[in-house]
Amino acid sequence: MSGLQAYLVLAALVFAIGLFGVLTRRNAVGILLGIELMLNAVNINLVAFARFNGDLGGVVFTLFTISITVAEVAVGLAIVIAIFRVRRTVEADRLDLLRG
Amino acid sequence: MTLPTVLPLLVWVLPFAAFVLLAVVAPLRRAGPRAGLLSIGAMGVAFMAALVVWVEDFRGEATWSWIPSDGGPIATVGVLVDPVSNAMLVLVTLVSLLVQVYSLAYLGDEPPASLGRYYTYQSLFAFSMLGLVLSPGFLQMFVFWELVGLCSYLLIGYWYQRPAAARAAVKAFWITKLGDVGFVIGIVLLWSATGTFDFGELFAKAQEHALAIDGLGTIMFLIYLGAVGKSAQFPLHVWLPDAMEGPTPVSALIHAATMVTAGVFMVTRAQPLFALVPDVLTLIGWVGAFTALLAATMACVESDIKRVLAYSTVSQLGYMMAAAGAGAADAGFLHLLTHGLFKALLFLAAGAVIHAVGTNDIFRMGGLFRAMPQTGIVFIVGTLALAGVPPLAGFFSKEAVLSGVWEAHLTVPFLMLALTALLTAFYMFRVVFITFFGRAFEAGHPHEAPWLMRGPLWLLAALTVAVGIRLAVGGGEHEAPGWLVPLSLASAFVGFALAWAMYQRGLVDPATFSTALAPFDFLARRRYGIDALYAGLYRALVLGFARLIGWIDRYLVDGVLNVLSALTLRAGAGLRGIQSGRAQDYVYGVAFGVLLLFVWAQLWR
Repeated sequence: MSGLQAYLVLAALVFAIGLFGVLTRRNAVGILLGIELMLNAVNINLVAFARFNGDLGGVVFTLFTISITVAEVAVGLAIVIAIFRVRRTVEADRLDLLRG
Repeated sequence: MTLPTVLPLLVWVLPFAAFVLLAVVAPLRRAGPRAGLLSIGAMGVAFMAALVVWVEDFRGEATWSWIPSDGGPIATVGVLVDPVSNAMLVLVTLVSLLVQVYSLAYLGDEPPASLGRYYTYQSLFAFSMLGLVLSPGFLQMFVFWELVGLCSYLLIGYWYQRPAAARAAVKAFWITKLGDVGFVIGIVLLWSATGTFDFGELFAKAQEHALAIDGLGTIMFLIYLGAVGKSAQFPLHVWLPDAMEGPTPVSALIHAATMVTAGVFMVTRAQPLFALVPDVLTLIGWVGAFTALLAATMACVESDIKRVLAYSTVSQLGYMMAAAGAGAADAGFLHLLTHGLFKALLFLAAGAVIHAVGTNDIFRMGGLFRAMPQTGIVFIVGTLALAGVPPLAGFFSKEAVLSGVWEAHLTVPFLMLALTALLTAFYMFRVVFITFFGRAFEAGHPHEAPWLMRGPLWLLAALTVAVGIRLAVGGGEHEAPGWLVPLSLASAFVGFALAWAMYQRGLVDPATFSTALAPFDFLARRRYGIDALYAGLYRALVLGFARLIGWIDRYLVDGVLNVLSALTLRAGAGLRGIQSGRAQDYVYGVAFGVLLLFVWAQLWR
């Protein structure tokens, strides 16, 4: 298994774990954690390609992604807190106001 | 554009200007009597101009192309000025003017807005009728033909709050439309065969024997159908008596003197074309004579004074048509003109009587001669003219009609018309004796009409006499058999004597008379069942068809739509389960979709 492939497999695994978390967690905070994992899997990909292709663009992009992720988590947690205040729960299954 | 065409154009446009003013300027229309004065003013000037046109005997034609096409205009509009249209111009403007003046008093109690509406319609009618008589071609004639029909509808339904009036208006419109369908089909067929609507071109072709079209007989018959409807010929005569629901001046103008004669006018105008199809002419003659007789019998048993006059009008229109059918269109046209004068007179006088006693029923009048002698005198003048007593106008025109029919060897129609003459005298004097003489009916205090109404009456009476004398002096051009004058005088006298004996002296009881003629009495009182037949046909055919269409609409058309909408609702209800509102379900969907894309990309690249 060459170097790049190992990183890509790792990224895919992290992504899959994150997706699994997003799909199965009942708690909204857990879902946010899953999203975080998926984003970081992408970051691993970007950094790996930057390293092996000798192109710094990937690293720069990763920096952007990390800062945006921070903002996203901040907003996401704020929303979760707001929901908790109103509904007294953060269980994803019960947040179905948009049901048809 | 020279004077002979400009002046008739002016006659035509003046009522239109009055109509537009009244229709557009609402405050003016709502002013009532002032709206009437405007309309009367326009009509007065138009009458003066028409008089000049007639006296100077203008002739000419001015046309403008209307529907352009590559090979010259398809249709033209304009004015055709010749003796026939000149005479009609004078008749229409004169009677319109007098009727409008008369209406000021007759409808004086109407609310101003209604009166304004009345005069708006009157102006529109005058414009339409003048456009009809000035038409240089069939197409323009048809347009104005329909316009006068519309005005008739509007004016019959003037008191539209009264159900009877509204129903009569619709009936008049429907029945005349039956004929008009034939008219328009005939016109278009004639156009497709000859390529022109223009009378001048058509007559020129007729002269050169260039009109040997297949089915010319059918075409002319279809065109004649229009006249059957408009001029209330059998079997489409049923609308005219009902049209009496309108105000009496309207009956005088539209349903006696002008609009109903449009059919006769059209047959007169198109005489060179009808002359090419003798079979149709014969039919016109027979139908005319039959109509005359049928209507006269119905007039004999009617007790509504206006309806008597209406049946009388139908009867006289039959006379005119019979003359036209006999090829003596001139005689028919002369009768049209004189009849226009004295029938308008009779209607207006009847209006004065109705105004005074407040009922249409002649048996609730009586002894009115003492209360309103002037109305009585003019009514008797009109009656004498209608009965055909010399030297009044009706005598000469009726004489001309009878001799024309006799010379055309239409013996049976001639006998019908002669019998009609007897009946005419009978039913008119019946009305005179019951209404103006005999036992006075003590209900209310009848009074002479105001001078605004009496003026037109006297003028028309004077004209009836004057035209008669003029005809007596200048007539005598046609060769009538020597026995004709005694015959018609005798029949008029017999009719008069019968009415006198029955209703004045009481020598013969009308009841025994009607028992002796029981079948006729029975039928005439039921209007020969023609109205009932139409009503039955209407119910069976039109309403049946409407019910069928209603069923189809309700169950087939609506059914398809209902099924479609139910399916949509059902599908929507099923699909709404997909939208669970849980974000995780949607992410499942996305993930599954991406997976599918991967699989697809791997397998079917």
